Amino acid sequence: MIYVELFFGFLKAGCFSFGGAYGAVPLIRDIVLGYGWMTDEELTYLIAVSESTPGPIMVNLATYIGSIQAGFLGSILATFAVVLPSFLIILLVTILWKTAGKHPYVSAVFQGLKPCITGIILATGVYMAVAHCRAGQQWEASSAAITVFLAAAMYAVRRRTGKNLSPIQLILLSGIAGILVYGV
Amino acid sequence: MKLCRELFLTFAKIGLFTFGGGYAMISVIENSCVEEKKWITHEEMMDITVIAESTPGPIAINCATFVGCRQAGIPGALAATLGIIFPSFVILYVISKFFEGFLEWKMVSSAFRGIKIAVGILILDAGIRMARKMQKKPLPCAILALSFAAMLAVNIFSLPITSVVLLVAAGAASLALSAGRGGRGK
Repeated sequence: MIYVELFFGFLKAGCFSFGGAYGAVPLIRDIVLGYGWMTDEELTYLIAVSESTPGPIMVNLATYIGSIQAGFLGSILATFAVVLPSFLIILLVTILWKTAGKHPYVSAVFQGLKPCITGIILATGVYMAVAHCRAGQQWEASSAAITVFLAAAMYAVRRRTGKNLSPIQLILLSGIAGILVYGV
Repeated sequence: MKLCRELFLTFAKIGLFTFGGGYAMISVIENSCVEEKKWITHEEMMDITVIAESTPGPIAINCATFVGCRQAGIPGALAATLGIIFPSFVILYVISKFFEGFLEWKMVSSAFRGIKIAVGILILDAGIRMARKMQKKPLPCAILALSFAAMLAVNIFSLPITSVVLLVAAGAASLALSAGRGGRGK
């Protein structure tokens, strides 16, 4: 029964996807190809679509696959299943956090985790900012120009108004810049 | 009830403007929930980021559930989580029904190439902000430098190591060192 398959398939994806969407891609691939919901090629395309549309990639994949497999109800079920584990786990953590968060061992662990996540995010940011200026093995002038333009815009707004350009404004600006530079 | 509606709307806005998943979200959530709404502090945002990264599931969902639960209990958690899913759900459902060749539209792919660049910058910005506000003590600085180098190597050489491995190592090291220090202190 497709509904049951969708539910348990995406429940599994939600339970075991650590380390962000890209870490989860191999697991998703196993599940999707295992159930025969899509071909490898279709899935690769869908991952590209999920990256180009807003929202968590996992939710995007679940909604799309649920919908093409079993219509509206399928998309609701798959999305619900993929979110359920995180939701329950975080609910539990939040409730426990009030007391457990102050435990010396827990706070010792967190003292180590915070700089670590900072390093991970910094490294990912540096890597992505550089990688997006390149096409294959070469530097790409148009993308580098957009990078410089966006960085300059952020700096100028901060200097002028004392406030930061909000992430949403930056996203809108970059989309417009993309259309202008790469064409319609 | 009013708070729940606000949670739903705020997270729907966050969901609508976060591309590329995961870390890019952190900037947007920090901007809305810490700076604008003052629902949580920067320190709590760090806690959430760490918790989100060490538990399964999309970071965005983890953050939404945590903030929602903090603000308004289980109804708040539900409102925030539904809010963050809502835009994705609607957009992907519509695409699955009507737009087979979504990425073949030149305008969409051009806009997205631009957005991808902003996503990199947003992640970098979040990282810089976190590093600036960190305690400047030897141990955290060493962990930061090591995990930065390790993650950069993972990205460049496509090593099969996930961030969770690094987090486990950092947490264990910090626990061992503080337990050692505690023992000597007594």
